[in-house]
Amino acid sequence: MSEKRIAKTANEAIGEAMRQINPDVVAAYPITPATEIVQIFSQFVADGKVDTEFVPVESEHSAMSAVVGASLAGARAMTATSSQGLALMWEVLNIASGLRLPIVMPMVNRALSAPINIHCDHSDTMGARDSGWIQLYSESVQETYDNVIQAVRIAEESLLPVMVTTDGFILSHCLELLTSLLDREVKDFIGEYRPKNFLLDIEHPFTVGALDLQNYYFEHKRQEAEAMRESKEIILKIGEDFKGKFGRGYQLFEDYKTTDSEVAIIAMGSTAGTTKVVVDQLREEKTKAGLLKLRVFRPFPAEELKELLKNVKVVAVLDRADSFNAVSGPLFAEVRNALYDLKERPKVVNYIYGLGGRDIGLKEIHSIYEDLQEINRAGKIKSLLTYLGVRE
Amino acid sequence: MANLKELSEKKELFVGGHRLCPGCAAGIIARQVLLATKEPVVAVASTGCLEVATTIFPYSAWKVPWFHNAFENAASTISGIEAAYRSLKRKGRIDKEVRFIAFGGDGGTYDIGLQALSGAVEREHQFLYICYNNQAYMNTGIQRSSATPKGASTTTAPAGTVIPGKVQFRKDLTGIMVAHQIPYAATATAGKWNDLISKVEKALDTDGPSFMDILSPCRLGWGHPPEQTLTIGRLAADTCFWPLYEVVAGKYRLTYKPKEKKPVTEWLKLQGRFKHLFKPENKDLIDTIQNYVDERWQKLLKLCEEE
Repeated sequence: MSEKRIAKTANEAIGEAMRQINPDVVAAYPITPATEIVQIFSQFVADGKVDTEFVPVESEHSAMSAVVGASLAGARAMTATSSQGLALMWEVLNIASGLRLPIVMPMVNRALSAPINIHCDHSDTMGARDSGWIQLYSESVQETYDNVIQAVRIAEESLLPVMVTTDGFILSHCLELLTSLLDREVKDFIGEYRPKNFLLDIEHPFTVGALDLQNYYFEHKRQEAEAMRESKEIILKIGEDFKGKFGRGYQLFEDYKTTDSEVAIIAMGSTAGTTKVVVDQLREEKTKAGLLKLRVFRPFPAEELKELLKNVKVVAVLDRADSFNAVSGPLFAEVRNALYDLKERPKVVNYIYGLGGRDIGLKEIHSIYEDLQEINRAGKIKSLLTYLGVRE
Repeated sequence: MANLKELSEKKELFVGGHRLCPGCAAGIIARQVLLATKEPVVAVASTGCLEVATTIFPYSAWKVPWFHNAFENAASTISGIEAAYRSLKRKGRIDKEVRFIAFGGDGGTYDIGLQALSGAVEREHQFLYICYNNQAYMNTGIQRSSATPKGASTTTAPAGTVIPGKVQFRKDLTGIMVAHQIPYAATATAGKWNDLISKVEKALDTDGPSFMDILSPCRLGWGHPPEQTLTIGRLAADTCFWPLYEVVAGKYRLTYKPKEKKPVTEWLKLQGRFKHLFKPENKDLIDTIQNYVDERWQKLLKLCEEE
């Protein structure tokens, strides 16, 4: 056996993955609940367990700026953050993707202010959903770890930055059994980083970040859009390779008994784990319930979702964030859009839940499936959007 | 000391064809800074005149690896590049000695980029930060900055019927850098090329971060004919409005002492931004500015242990 099983939190698992990746440069700033990642990694640096140049910057804006500089200079570069930190980075997130820099960033999901709150929801990464970053969501500590390692190759092959999310506190601070890889296995899997063009190639000077006006900007953005489309195949290929080498398979989403289901939930992150328990209970009661757990939110797998959901009668989309668009949560909008071209569309409803870390349990998930069955029986939707578990 | 003959034989690393205004000092400064380099250089710039006018895609006036990230992050960007250099050098993937220079205007340096600069200096990255200081946000159309001198008219602190231009004095950024215990800090001005280039050479030979605040007359924002740029740059030093000095490991040294300290009006009167100060009702303001220049000069002489 090449692997070892040990209890770790997602923050510890991310720290471990980063040690094994051994990036050339890490620039990071602490923020709850991602602080531990920075602490753990700093200790690795202090103990000589990595040969990374660690830049303890004075803000997240500077963290992303330094990582962009380092990546462009030719280094494999990483950072990690959460919530307000991601919001502060926002300007430079778009520069990282616009310059096609393969930066990897673990992102611990936490609610955005105001009101200030340190617990889990997805409003932070949903706020960055159109920033040109690939977004991988993780259900468990194991998936967080595996996603971070795969993200290095995904980023470098697609030339797009990747954020790997994990649910604040629910995963970042809770112990789960982690099957980790050997250092050598990670090293072989990610390979060496040798960029074609890099700023420190002194013999071949070039200018980056030039003023790009009406006659070129559009073509450059068009290429970026195409890179995001093409990254889907890269993500699938690397997931396949990971499965071949280490046995755990990763695709764009996990189909948990969706195909033959009448009622299905779409969810991201740790809530998918809770939902699986409910699906199993309902299946025992002969209810055709299913779960589609979305792993890859960017690029959005619209075609694949359409194919998978075409025979489902009623679908609930669970959003752990609001769009404040006066209609629905962000994931719902994308899912319903994906299903529009089907001749016979499933009925789709939206649940916004868990904001600011409000707990969601088996009971709440059960109630959603009951709603879906009721819609299926009645043939009509009573309420398109439900705020689940809120006092109104 | 820089030698004009040697400089004339050096390869130009910042070339013509860019679209800076005629008479703009920023281009002159960029060229002189790069002429002072001995080792290969990687340069970054903050958003501003120098950036937008010299790198209009697909053209570039820069013959060195050059990167513009955003407005407020030139110092944090160069931190990352310098960290990458240290890392790759340690791993044997780079063998050359390389120097790192960040260029920022006073907007990108005194104001929006001050935090990033403070952080990068505190972390002791090996880099030279050049502030080409034209004393306002010129790229967006002459808005006030914390480097704008008292009394100057800008588009966001205009001379009006009630308020005579900028009310406040400017920030002492070199003093702020010295408070960081930076190994090398200096002021310079366009038109005193020898002083400027000698200081860049020293800065690049410094172990650790270095900072230069270079006065950069802006014919558009200051309101003067383009051919007077360097005259005005020199007069700023001759009136002691912009004294030339350096601070090496905390020790101040005057690098230029005018034979005859000229009245500040000699400098003010050449610039449209100060035109309103010469109305009779603003005489007190001119006195205030002169007194301020005199006080600052006396303080500096003390720091430099000059008479």
